[in-house]
Amino acid sequence: MDKIMLGHGGGGRLSQQLTSELFLKYFGNPVLNTLEDAAVLMLPQRKIAFTTDSYVVTPRFFPGGNIGKLAVCGTVNDLAMRGGEPLFLSVGFILEEGFSLTELEEIVQTMAEAAAAAGVQIVTGDTKVVGKGAADGVFINTAGIGVIDETLQISVSNAQPGDKVIISGTIGDHGMTILSLREGLSFKADLRSDCAPLNGLVKALSRFEQNIHVLRDPTRGGVASTLNEIAASSNVGMIINETSLPFKPQVKASCDLLGLDPLHLANEGKLIAVVANSVADEVLQVLRSHEYGKDACVIGEVTDGRRVALRTYIGSTRIIDIASGELLPRIC
Amino acid sequence: MNEADLAQWFINEIKKCKRPLVFMEVCGTHTMTISRYGLRSVLPDNIRLLSGPGCPVCVTATRDIDMGIAFARIPGLILTTFGDMIRVPGSNSSLLRERVNGRDVRVVYSILEALEIARQNPSRQVVFYSVGFETTAPSTAFGIMEAKTANLKNFSVICIHKTLPNALRVLLDSGEIGINGFLLPGHVSAIIGVRAYDFLAKEYSIGGAVAGFEPNDILSAILTLIRQQQSGPMIENEYRRVVKEAGNEAALKAMQLVFRPCDSEWRGIGVIPGSGLMINADWQEYDALQRFQVDVGEPVEHKGCACGEILRGVKLPDECTMFGTVCTPENPLGPCMVSGEGSCAAYYRYR
Repeated sequence: MDKIMLGHGGGGRLSQQLTSELFLKYFGNPVLNTLEDAAVLMLPQRKIAFTTDSYVVTPRFFPGGNIGKLAVCGTVNDLAMRGGEPLFLSVGFILEEGFSLTELEEIVQTMAEAAAAAGVQIVTGDTKVVGKGAADGVFINTAGIGVIDETLQISVSNAQPGDKVIISGTIGDHGMTILSLREGLSFKADLRSDCAPLNGLVKALSRFEQNIHVLRDPTRGGVASTLNEIAASSNVGMIINETSLPFKPQVKASCDLLGLDPLHLANEGKLIAVVANSVADEVLQVLRSHEYGKDACVIGEVTDGRRVALRTYIGSTRIIDIASGELLPRIC
Repeated sequence: MNEADLAQWFINEIKKCKRPLVFMEVCGTHTMTISRYGLRSVLPDNIRLLSGPGCPVCVTATRDIDMGIAFARIPGLILTTFGDMIRVPGSNSSLLRERVNGRDVRVVYSILEALEIARQNPSRQVVFYSVGFETTAPSTAFGIMEAKTANLKNFSVICIHKTLPNALRVLLDSGEIGINGFLLPGHVSAIIGVRAYDFLAKEYSIGGAVAGFEPNDILSAILTLIRQQQSGPMIENEYRRVVKEAGNEAALKAMQLVFRPCDSEWRGIGVIPGSGLMINADWQEYDALQRFQVDVGEPVEHKGCACGEILRGVKLPDECTMFGTVCTPENPLGPCMVSGEGSCAAYYRYR
């Protein structure tokens, strides 16, 4: 048994074997182990965050992570961006007939590690197998539940003029890493995906209570899209300083080479925080003392205009526009 | 002096010139830098920058877009090309629409990626639809040489490469535009060298400055062109850190080996003698036009699209009646709105 067969999704003996020998081995916990039709959960608070996301990234393995790590971190981060403390995840696999079990085990193991690192439990799941050619190896869906601290008021529509815009680290690492792995794209740079769970970082910010106005992770569409979404939802503008934007030199150089705007590249372990000016310095200190926020910096501020503008290093300004061309397919 | 101070110094020097002057950039990357850094907003009103036919996607003729679409419709064939090309509207379809309809059209970043696809699909024909100026033509030549070395029998190229100098000549001969100097492209010049433009100064008394792609490179070149109004027109290399007088000999040699000059149709300009590159007889087994027969009807241009006039520098993008209303980057009617290097898209994005 070294390849996925249609029977692994058939509900019979092979399905049971896969569940007990692989999924329970790595994901096992008292709730999941009962193998009931639905997990019954006890929540410590009444206000909850609930989200879902599907993962189809290609290639499945990349420096800094794999599709499994992404599937756990992505959903954990979406919960965290509403101030939710992630507690429970569901995992759904869609497997292609013939997919390597060794590869699946590596993905499952990484997911277990990522869940442990984020402090979440995988409490329910599902596996389907489709015929050869009907999917590309493995697709993963995760959904998550987190509980929300009632003192927080975090929303994409909550940015206010005068707020500071902060990013937790370097821009574009994930997107450029995936891009550099494309077959035949003959450049080798020291690139690594930033894929990481950000709930610890968000928890550290919770002490600032209602002074944290917006949190968002700039995944697909990159920083440019996220800033525009915040501005549009909050009916505000922004002015971002080009000289303040943090980039790894190899990411910047690769962007120049390919003619891409790093603000359009996906990130999987960064957050953008819009915070009250009065706490900006302190927020920065807290972020920088955290493993995933070492390179945090203020990149601009919220204005009462309507445009998201970049002040370039020569002193002119331009609009930060969202990407409309075909960016990479399947980056997450 | 840091970069910001240097920029300010250039701007102040440029402002000392009170004459109305028009300079044309003929490189898509220059168009992008000018728009991205809002250079028009920091220049005085008397200095106007005009975009010429510098975006390779934009100057590709509708007929050639239609031909790519016809190739995509050949059963079993994999058509590979650069990202911007798939969105350019042809007479009544685009490669993107063909892909939605089930044709196998794949976006690649280089010909090497297309070669890899050919290696992995030995039972299928893989065609690389190649556009670009002297900047990308050498890599296409190297790719074709690589295909021969690797004995790839299922790989061929639709070669729509163009060369720049003759297009500048045609623009000037038309007498439609009054320009006082050219910002000459850094990448193209890195391949062909600086002397290829000498005819501009000698025959047309119009100077040029080869410029890099940072805002200060462009500002510096503009200042050079202003100073030439006193000192006389000449071709100056302002991008010495990359561009050598004689160009890149290895790249030129590869181009000479694989290609030969041909007449080429430019959108908005028409057929320009000797301004295209075709695969020569020695390498014709890699010429998709030799390998396949496709029927392409007479092209239908979109009524009201001013891309042609914009490419010739006769109109500015926002002088087109469709600009930003019916024609946007999400729904482009002409190629200048598709490519990030197109002057309409650049105007629109950073307006």
